[in-house]
Amino acid sequence: MSDNTALIRVEKLEKHFRKGTIKALDGINTEIKKGEVVVVIGPSGSGKSTFLRCLNLLEVPTSGHIYFDGVDITDVKTNINIHRQRMGMVFQHFNLFPHMTILKNMIIAPMKLQGKSEAEATEMAMSLLKRVGLEDRANAYPSQLSGGQKQRIAIVRALCMQPEVMLFDEPTSALDPEMVGEVLEVMKQLADENMTMVVVTHEMGFAREVATRVIFMADGKQIEEGLPEEIFTNPKSERLRTFLAKVL
Amino acid sequence: MEWFEAIQAQFYDNFIEDNRWRYLADGLVTTLELTFCAVLIGIAIGVLVAMIRSTHDKNVKEMRPGFGKVILQFFNLLSKIYLTVIRGTPVVVQLMIIYYVILASSKNKLMVGMIAFGINSGAYVAEIVRSGIMSVDNGQFEAGRSLGFNYVQTMRYIIIPQAFKTVLPTLANEFIVLLKETSVAGYIAMQDLTKASDIITGITYNRFMPLFAVALIYLVLVMFFTFLVNKLERRLRNSER
Repeated sequence: MSDNTALIRVEKLEKHFRKGTIKALDGINTEIKKGEVVVVIGPSGSGKSTFLRCLNLLEVPTSGHIYFDGVDITDVKTNINIHRQRMGMVFQHFNLFPHMTILKNMIIAPMKLQGKSEAEATEMAMSLLKRVGLEDRANAYPSQLSGGQKQRIAIVRALCMQPEVMLFDEPTSALDPEMVGEVLEVMKQLADENMTMVVVTHEMGFAREVATRVIFMADGKQIEEGLPEEIFTNPKSERLRTFLAKVL
Repeated sequence: MEWFEAIQAQFYDNFIEDNRWRYLADGLVTTLELTFCAVLIGIAIGVLVAMIRSTHDKNVKEMRPGFGKVILQFFNLLSKIYLTVIRGTPVVVQLMIIYYVILASSKNKLMVGMIAFGINSGAYVAEIVRSGIMSVDNGQFEAGRSLGFNYVQTMRYIIIPQAFKTVLPTLANEFIVLLKETSVAGYIAMQDLTKASDIITGITYNRFMPLFAVALIYLVLVMFFTFLVNKLERRLRNSER
């Protein structure tokens, strides 16, 4: 696959709640290419989390299509589980499995889904843990870690499946301020390694520094889309200007 | 002293002579066998029904219409009928219906008892396990699915183990309740612990001694299992910290 083709293509995506009275997503069209870091910003309730959750079908769209690597994953006949194995997801509230050790958290999916041996999976998990500086916590339980540590583990747990794209759903929103940095640092590293990423966040500094493209959403629509410098220094729409005035 | 000697004589008559204590020992074994096996059957049925019920309640609204949805709704209805009927009728009646009507051709009373008490216990276990499944944060479910696990794998590796941990003390309590409930097994002429007292009375014409002995054995058993449950509960609490 050439670098110009879209890894994810979204067409006329709509998601309605309460029988159409609330349109969380109102006709989203976009493409995410390999190696891109797309940051989605917008006021709360703008539908940005819903958009992200639609990308791996945790939220089933009301209408529209999502193509992942050329396959329409919104098609009922598509086995979504196969495709989810290739898309990592990081949640606001970490969602580590509390009944497993850190290591078990990381190796269970590769072992059960990719048929890796325990030794193989452990080796990969340990090298990933080393990368985020948590190799000494391999046998700890999630409840023994700080928020920042939990989120770093959540990231490497997703990486254990060797995904082609990583989805981040407000990964730093539930963290104490002093722990935000360590998580963003890991994400930056990932971006430097050319991982394709879609990030929903309120961290404007991260968006400006790491994003290759920024999407501004409001009321379920993409209002503006462009390079970070365009979005942040030269906003075209009134909506974006008022939003940036509030958050910057 | 005369009174004490009378008690001693009664004790000898009821339990020692002709090794009559053996009725109690055999009854105790039957009661324990019955309870353990029934609880296992109950857990198997209970987990299955709990999975059907919670899968239905969580997902049916968002499911696309189709064959899968119809099947799920059918099994959910079946589960609901099972829960209503079993929890709405006395266990003795269920036991006799199964023994005299449904499995009338079976000569194996112990097996019939296990099935009857297992089916009965399953209804209560189902509601216990369901509450456990519902108490697991939905984020756990999403995390499992996002890694690529399918619905059943997510249940098996992520949700059920956590649900079990939460409900284990309640489940152990159900075991204690069942232990006492099996005392009605005598209705289908099973020689359980309670029936053993009846048999001894039939020989010695004494009610007091056998009944109190049986009550004491139940009490000691329940106290012992309660002690284990409490210990288990403390252990589970500790591993959370």
